[in-house]
This record gives sequence, C-alpha cells and structure tokens, in this order.
Amino acid sequence: MARYLLKQLFNMAITLFAVTFIVFVLNELTPGDVVRKLLGPYASADQVEKVTREMGLDRPVMVRYAEYMANAARGDFGQSIVFRRPVSEVLWDRLGNTLLLAGVCFAIIVPFSVLLGVLAGMRERGWIDRSVSVFSSVCASIPEFAMGVFLLAIFVVQLGWLPGTSPLRDDTGWPIWTQLVLPAAVVVLYDAGYLIAMIRTSMVEVMRQPFIRTAVLKGMSFRRVVVKHALRNALIAPFTVILLQINYLVAGLVVVEMVFAYPGFGRMMLEAALAKDIAIVEAGTLVAVSVTMLTQVVGDLGYRALDPRISI
Amino acid sequence: MTETDRAAPEGLAVAPVRRTGRAFAARGAKGLKAALTASPIATLGGAIILFWAICAVLAPWLAPYPPNQLDPMALVDPFPSAQHWLGTDQLGRDILSRLLWGARTVLTVAPVAVLAAAVVGTLLGLVSGYRGGVVDALVMRVGDVMLAFPQIILYLIVITKFGASALNIVLVIAVTKAPIIARIVRAVTLDVRNRDYVAAARMRGESTLHILLVEILPNARGPLIVDIFLRLGYTTIAIGVLGFLGIGLPPPDPDWGGMIKESYGLLFVYPHMTLIPAVAVSSLVVGFNFLATGIREASFDV
Repeated sequence: MARYLLKQLFNMAITLFAVTFIVFVLNELTPGDVVRKLLGPYASADQVEKVTREMGLDRPVMVRYAEYMANAARGDFGQSIVFRRPVSEVLWDRLGNTLLLAGVCFAIIVPFSVLLGVLAGMRERGWIDRSVSVFSSVCASIPEFAMGVFLLAIFVVQLGWLPGTSPLRDDTGWPIWTQLVLPAAVVVLYDAGYLIAMIRTSMVEVMRQPFIRTAVLKGMSFRRVVVKHALRNALIAPFTVILLQINYLVAGLVVVEMVFAYPGFGRMMLEAALAKDIAIVEAGTLVAVSVTMLTQVVGDLGYRALDPRISI
Repeated sequence: MTETDRAAPEGLAVAPVRRTGRAFAARGAKGLKAALTASPIATLGGAIILFWAICAVLAPWLAPYPPNQLDPMALVDPFPSAQHWLGTDQLGRDILSRLLWGARTVLTVAPVAVLAAAVVGTLLGLVSGYRGGVVDALVMRVGDVMLAFPQIILYLIVITKFGASALNIVLVIAVTKAPIIARIVRAVTLDVRNRDYVAAARMRGESTLHILLVEILPNARGPLIVDIFLRLGYTTIAIGVLGFLGIGLPPPDPDWGGMIKESYGLLFVYPHMTLIPAVAVSSLVVGFNFLATGIREASFDV
C-alpha cells in the first residue's frame, strides 16, 4: 500500500514535470518572445534586449525552468499581464468560482446518472432502457455551446425566467443562485448523458451474471436483487469514470463559462492564452494537471475499496 | 471536447476472434451493413450522416449563394424569406449556403483527424502490446502524459502558439486521440499475442509486420470501428468548440462553431442565426453516436 502510494506520487511528479516543462519550453524557448509580448510590437530591438537582460531571460531555458518551479513551489507564479495582479490571486479566485459550479454539477450528475443508468440496465431492452438510452445518447451528442444556446433561447429569450449571463455579481438584479442554474443545467445534461451510458453498460453486464439468476430463482424479490446484489458490482467499473469527470469539470467548463460569461478558471485560461499571458497559462496548466493526477490516485484507491479482488 | 477523454464503454473490449485479413475485410463490411439494417438507431444515425455528407459533397451546386457573399439588402430583414430560405446572418450572408459549406469543412477535418489518430494509435498499440518491455512502458507513459493534459488547455496552447489552421487542428486532435486508440488496440494485442495461431504464424516464419497486421489487428476490428464513430462525434464537437471559442478555422470561411460565436450576441433579436448552426452541429454528432451505438448493439449484444 505504502509502496503503491509512493510509486504513484513518483509517477505524478514525473508527469507534472514533463507537462510543465513542455508548456514552459513551448512558451519561453526564445527569450525575446516573452519580452516582445510584454512590451508590444512597437518596442525597439534595444529595448527588448535590455528588458530581456534585466529580467534574466537571457539565461539558458533549463536554469529559468528550475527557478520557475522553485518559485511555484512557494506559491509564487509571477505577475499576470492581462489582469495586472499576481497570478496566484487571479488563479485561486477563478479556481474557486469554477469549483463552485463544478461542485454543484457533480452533486447533481452522480445521483442522476446512477439512478437512470441502473434503471436502464436493470431490464435490458425494456422500455425504460430504450428511452433512457436514447435520452442519454442525444444529451451526450449535443455540444455544450449548442445546448447553452438552446436553453438560453427557451428560458431566457422566450420565458424570461432566468438570467442570460452569470457574472456572479448580485448587482445584475438576479440572485447568485439563479445565475448558476443554466450553466449547471448545460453541464449536467451533457456529462450525465455520457455517464448514464457507462453505468447502464456495466449494469447490463452484472445482470447477466449467474449469481443474479441464482438470486432471482431462489425467490428473492427483483428489487432486492437489484439493490443488494447488482448495485455495488455495477458501480465498480464506472467509478473511475465518475472520478474522471472531476477533471473535465475543472478545465472543460471553459465552453459553458464562455457562453454565460462566468468568471471561471477555463475562461481565464482562454483569455490568457489569447492575450499570450504566459504566466497565467503556465500556472493554470500546472494546477489543471495536478487535479487530474490527484483524481487518478484517488480513483485507484477507491477502486480497491470497492472491489476486494483488486490489490494494488 | 470537449474536452474530456472519453473511451468507449468498458464492455466493448471483448472482441470476437478473427483469423485472417480476408475474413476481416468481409466481416467488416458485412458487419456494418448488418448493423445498419438491423438496428433502427443505426439506420437513423446513418441517414443523418448520409444527409450531411451529400450536403458537403454537393455544396458548390446546392448552395444558392457563395458562402461569403454579403447581401446588404438582407440586413434590414435577416429572417428566413423566399430569397434566403434560412435567412441571413449578422453580415447579410446566406445562412443556408454557409451551412452547406460548413458541412464540407467539418466533414473533411473530422474524418481526416480521426483517421490520423486511428492509424498512429493502432500502430503504437500493436507494437507496444506485442513487444512489451521498454517500448510498451515508454509508449504508455507518453500516452499517460498526453491524457493527463486537459485537452482544451492543450488546444489553447498549441493553437495560440502555432496559429489556427485546419492542419493544426487535425494534428492536435490526432495527437490527443491517438493514446486512447493505442490503449484499446494494446489491450486486444495483449490478449491474443500468446494464442496458438500467432505462435503458428511465427513458426511459419511470417514477418512481425504480417503478424501484427494480419494475425492480431483483425481482433481489434470491432472495438476500433465503434470507437472511430464515437471519436468522429467527439471530434465534431471539438471542432465546434474551437470555432465557438474563436480559435478554430480562421474567418471568413464558414465553420458551424464560428457561425454560432459570431451571431451569439444577437440571440434576443435574431435567434435563427445562432439556432440553425447549433441544430446542424448537434444533429451531425447525434448521427455519429447513434451509428456507434447501433453497431455496438448489433455486433456485441450490449
């Protein structure tokens, strides 16, 4: 167990270094680039050279990368050009907003898709299965920006029930919670569509097992068979997938954040990337990859807890 | 797209065993045909894809106007009319024409990207599963790093660094999807590499390439076909997302995601400008996903 954790941490560290290094090199291999972006297109070559020297950017890329990582370890990610604040401030701010939305979505997606997935997989090819399968397949097929547009057209333009933008400020005339409804709805429909299909497949497979047939034949009620025997087994395989949704919910919310002008992490990354705000892009990547790696380890541990046959 | 990496559902890893290349080709074509006729979902999906494919191929002849031609008169009343069946957009361009040409864009970029990912992923998966050892460890490790990267961030970095072009979109999608396909193929390879018929082929003195492509690869046919159709759907979404975020194909050429982005602010006044391309892109993805589901049901009984 301890060995496993150690190995995972080691793997995590390697991946983290690889990813941050790739991003760093892509952005900062040629030192002039950084200063050019800082000073703008009209700076003279002399100015660029001077600032490059002053900022220590003329040193080899490996040295600068090591320095960057050392600073990052202390929580110092440098200064953002776009937001004109320290990167760490902007980063935690935006990450907090995204985690709020992601948390709401996750809390709805998991029970919703487990319920529908199990109901559908319980009686394969029954009418519930058919309808749930079509529903989930259609939901997973509608891209978030399209779903956002559809929901906006219905609930904002036609009915006027909900706000069309979600800047998370209360001076817009809409309480904060109403601003979360539409973004969350888009994410839930899109993501649950996929999860339901995974859980259904797993449930169908479990329901075909001999031990289920035995339970039914010995006269157990169908309800008890499902709840007592099938449920836990059917949730083992989708468990990792469920956890993987956390990743998606951190970086993948960018589309929803753009549709609803939500001040989140993904939108910050997009704005920073378009404005070549390298410090933000690097720090954001570091955070996003760390989240991914952590959920992987948690996933493996949970897998083991759920399924005693697996030892790691 | 978006975004996450979505592998085909787990149950798909079970592949029926096929022995020879000829059988693979025959069963592949027949399997697809059988799925199309047996499952209503697959028929519907196939019909949607066929519809858009026809639109894409015949766009130059079907489109009533050139896709970038401005009609200043239409700006006064951009709603659907006898001149412009689906109305015009915020610049007075004919939406129907842009929709048809947009189909051409997405139905070129998505299949090329997925095919590239499938070829690279299949080769990596075969070699890594068959050879094992250092090669396997290296390929899987690099794949893990690729998958650990939140996709959308990777797109952002690459496209802001190297610019938005069809080629860059294809490359970035191929690179990010290849590890998923490599995993599927590797799992099948690990499963069959010690079977008797593979040993027999080695004994006959067949080359490694022959063993990989003719003896092993056909076993991965089923999961691969299903995954390729799923991947096509997700790639269509990804291309749409890139367009919507403003980092897709450069304007003014029509691109469904871009059309939505450009007219999105006018949703309150002229909803048709945004809703029509949104319906188009959704229907195409529905088509791909229905086809994938249908084939899976027909060939794997899940």
